[in-house]
Amino acid sequence: MKKPTPPSATLLDFNKRNRDWYLDKLVQALVFIGGISAIVFIIGIFVFITKEGMGFLVGDFSFKEFFLSPNWRPTSETKATYGILALIAGTASVTGLAMLVAIPFSLGTAIFIAEFATGKTREFLKVTVELLAAIPSVVWGFIGLAIMNPLIIEIFHVPVGLNVLNAGIILGLMAAPIMTSIAEDALKAVPDRYREAAEALGATRWQVIYKVVLPAAKNGLLGAVLLGVGRGFGETMAVLMATGHAINIPTSVFDSVRALTATIAAELGETAVGSPHYKALFTIGIALFLITFIINLIADLVVRGVRKG
Amino acid sequence: MFEASPINRKNLSRQKLFRFIFGAMTASLILPVVLILGTLIFKGAPVISFDFLFTNPTKGMTAGGIFPALLGTILLVMVALVASVPLGVAAAIYLSEYAPDNWFTRTINLAIINLAGVPSIVHALFGLGAFVLFFRFGTSILAASLTLAIMTLPVVIVSTRESLQSVPLAFREACWNMGATRWQTIRRIVLPNAVTGILTGVILEVSRTAGETAPIMFTGAVFFLPFLPQGVFDQTMALSLHLFVVSTQVPDMPEAVPYGVALVLIGMVLLMNSASIALRMYLRGKKKW
Repeated sequence: MKKPTPPSATLLDFNKRNRDWYLDKLVQALVFIGGISAIVFIIGIFVFITKEGMGFLVGDFSFKEFFLSPNWRPTSETKATYGILALIAGTASVTGLAMLVAIPFSLGTAIFIAEFATGKTREFLKVTVELLAAIPSVVWGFIGLAIMNPLIIEIFHVPVGLNVLNAGIILGLMAAPIMTSIAEDALKAVPDRYREAAEALGATRWQVIYKVVLPAAKNGLLGAVLLGVGRGFGETMAVLMATGHAINIPTSVFDSVRALTATIAAELGETAVGSPHYKALFTIGIALFLITFIINLIADLVVRGVRKG
Repeated sequence: MFEASPINRKNLSRQKLFRFIFGAMTASLILPVVLILGTLIFKGAPVISFDFLFTNPTKGMTAGGIFPALLGTILLVMVALVASVPLGVAAAIYLSEYAPDNWFTRTINLAIINLAGVPSIVHALFGLGAFVLFFRFGTSILAASLTLAIMTLPVVIVSTRESLQSVPLAFREACWNMGATRWQTIRRIVLPNAVTGILTGVILEVSRTAGETAPIMFTGAVFFLPFLPQGVFDQTMALSLHLFVVSTQVPDMPEAVPYGVALVLIGMVLLMNSASIALRMYLRGKKKW
């Protein structure tokens, strides 16, 4: 949107610099503070978690152990080890499975809502998707625990139902509505004259979607997928409750795992402020912050690409 | 002359096939969740009563009600709103009415997207490091609410900016031509026309704030408190954390209790969101321009 500019005050205002003029400048300064607050907070988050985690990074931290050792034993009395490889594997396996479920289904749903559904059906589906996106993550965790857990045990005859499969499905169902709405926005952003032109040439609805709409919306759809990945990756309560919370590099979907986010949530309450364990948890926080920052940055660049084109 | 050729027929049947596939995908995304919600209602509804909502938990939380948690959530949400709505609306006014289209504004937008995308547990770490320890608020309602406020700030900013931008430019131009300053225009023309839209965003924020768990775990919410909070520097119980506690931390919990808590929480959130959606639809129907 091109910014409107009011006529310069000097042209119109005969007795300039009166009370209204100063009030105007004051408000401008105040809302500017509001405007930069988001930047201040992002920097603040990074500064404060780095400040708390720094002691670990310059002290016990060893790059090799931190990222390549699967042994997360921060409370060991003989030798504490801080390896997050198994936690990374836990997060990756759960997020991966969730995206395997969520990406095709939410793109399919977005296409159905934006291109096939009409009138009341469309309104109904849009509202439903919006409401599903609002379900709090702790409720999803409870669903994993109380409903999915016995279901998985019964269907697959496995001893434990809190595992990669459970958390993956829960996380997939959680991320799907968000991805669906963003993807639908991306499809809606394709101008109608593209569709009309294709239909005038005799294309069927599917041909229009496949040959015209999808290529035109592909950056927006990619952005939707990335934001969904970021959301799944950073999810805490649901994966804390549904993964089984066992440190483990999974070999099948029925293995229990533990996620990076869940580790912080479960252990931070029991650590002493300033202890190496406490600092190590903040260091995981720094890693999480940086990774989601990069994902969001890429998503933003990808989506902006489509707006310029 | 216009009879369908074999190719037309093939294309049309393919269209039908894909319509069916995408429709089935939509159904299989929505139906399981509807079934799950049905189960929640079926198992949770019998527990919910006046006593459940308005009495204290007893017998190590296995009996009694959820009143302190319910009250705590309401307190957390209110304090968070006091902090985030003025700031969020100011940010939205700046972005919609003042900000030039340059790299700095793009940086602000990127920061907003990131603020919304940072994992909730990282917000919790920030709240602990900044509010609890650095500003010495201790684990308190104030620290937890400020953490929630920063986390949900993007919700207010984005929805307010949208409703400000939906006020036509011509309204502003007419006002400027009368010699009004920018602020007079915003206060007399833009804000009155956008206020209901802003309200839908605020309701959405209430719903988001009420459901969050991770950010309040280490900043102000606790598993159990024998008394109600007396001020913003007290700790509190909260509904979302209470659900986590009763479903994972308490042995011998009767099965129905966590279902009841989950139902109250989800009922609150979905009610808020439905109100916001209804308000938005009403607005769209009323709009004259």
